[in-house]
Amino acid sequence: MCLAIPALVKSIDGNEAEAELGGISRRISILLTPEAKVGDYVLLHTGYAINVIDEEEAKETLKLLAEMASLEEELEE
Amino acid sequence: MKFIDEFRDTELAKVVINRIHRNSKRHIRLMEFCGGHTVTIMKHGIRQLLPETVEMLSGPGCPVCVTAHKDLDKAIALARDPEVILTSFGDMLKVPGSYSSLQKVRADGADVRIVYSTLDALQIARENRDKSVVFIGIGFETTAPTIAASVMQAEEEGIENYYVLSLHKLCPPVIKALLDSGEVRLDGLICPGHVSAVIGSRPWDFAARDYGIACVVSGFEPLDVLQSVAMLAEQLEKGEPKVEIAYRRGVRREGNLRAQELMNTVFEPSPAHWRGMGEVPESGLRLRKEYQAFDAELCFDFDPGPTREPKGCICGDILRGVKTPLDCKLFRGACTPEHPVGPCMVSSEGSCASYYHYGNL
Ligand code: SF4
Repeated sequence: MCLAIPALVKSIDGNEAEAELGGISRRISILLTPEAKVGDYVLLHTGYAINVIDEEEAKETLKLLAEMASLEEELEE
Repeated sequence: MKFIDEFRDTELAKVVINRIHRNSKRHIRLMEFCGGHTVTIMKHGIRQLLPETVEMLSGPGCPVCVTAHKDLDKAIALARDPEVILTSFGDMLKVPGSYSSLQKVRADGADVRIVYSTLDALQIARENRDKSVVFIGIGFETTAPTIAASVMQAEEEGIENYYVLSLHKLCPPVIKALLDSGEVRLDGLICPGHVSAVIGSRPWDFAARDYGIACVVSGFEPLDVLQSVAMLAEQLEKGEPKVEIAYRRGVRREGNLRAQELMNTVFEPSPAHWRGMGEVPESGLRLRKEYQAFDAELCFDFDPGPTREPKGCICGDILRGVKTPLDCKLFRGACTPEHPVGPCMVSSEGSCASYYHYGNL
């Protein structure tokens, strides 16, 4: 029930926003994430954005995993 | 980046699995607190991919499952009131209470409506001013701020026929209670990602500091969970348990301060009843005095009757991590998702439902 899925903010109107998830447009509340901007991905939970997804951190995590991958390869050789 | 497929990459997953195999030497027991993590683990067969040294247990992190029978009976009693429109998240409807379920009372004529969000419940209240609209407030810290937001919105707009039956639960206190009970020995904890998106990672510090439990806050894609297991195994090999965040794209150390503020404005901690654990101090949320006009518990007179637990159901033991669904005699026989005996088979993230759908037995 704590499911939250990434949704893309398309437009903002006060505490509400139009967001896209899986190709579907939906009206959501951004009351809990006043910092959300158009173009941000937010974590959407029961109609509310509960956090703005940090793209830099996502890239960092993937980079870290990719580095792990090359290290693993070296170890295997 | 859409933040989903990138974290399902099978090549990267293999790398992380190799790393866990190489690094994990001593036997460790990890608990995934959250039912959402249980689903990821079961669905992707993660348990089978891990080395024998890593034992995984499911925890109490399913809000529907941990709702005590007696609280569920309250919701059912409220639904029977002809003046009430009861609104609920969908997963609650099929859960059997002592004598009935929300689904059954609805079939008998009660006005029970499934909503996706409190925003919908508020809309129903706006459109039905002559009725009392009660929302069953189920959920952890992820959900509580959204319910707090609805109460503040109702106050602002003067919607006087909106009420919340607050059955919210808080996660860190129940983990503390589990650890204090001494019933399960744990080395590490996969901390709930979306609860932590709200509360941050600090509330888990006590587990590392006072109990020596390694903690990693994890996201919900398979790579997220594997990365978290790898981090836990490495912490434990080094013998340095601490709190780390693997789910950095979604969780900051301090959490979402705005969401915390709203939650604390409307609610205050209170004792709560957990299925299988009984009353746990300061592990629930009740409406603060200033918002008591929205508290269904105080504003309605209802009698849920004596509690009667389902015979043979071991949900409570499963939620404490001391048994698994395979230990239940009713599993897959008398108890299935179509005819659930206990809540762990109803909720999509309940352990019994996860084992039923994904357990390759
Ligand atoms: S299988 Fe059914 S009866 Fe058994 S513990 Fe799970 S929910 Fe309860």
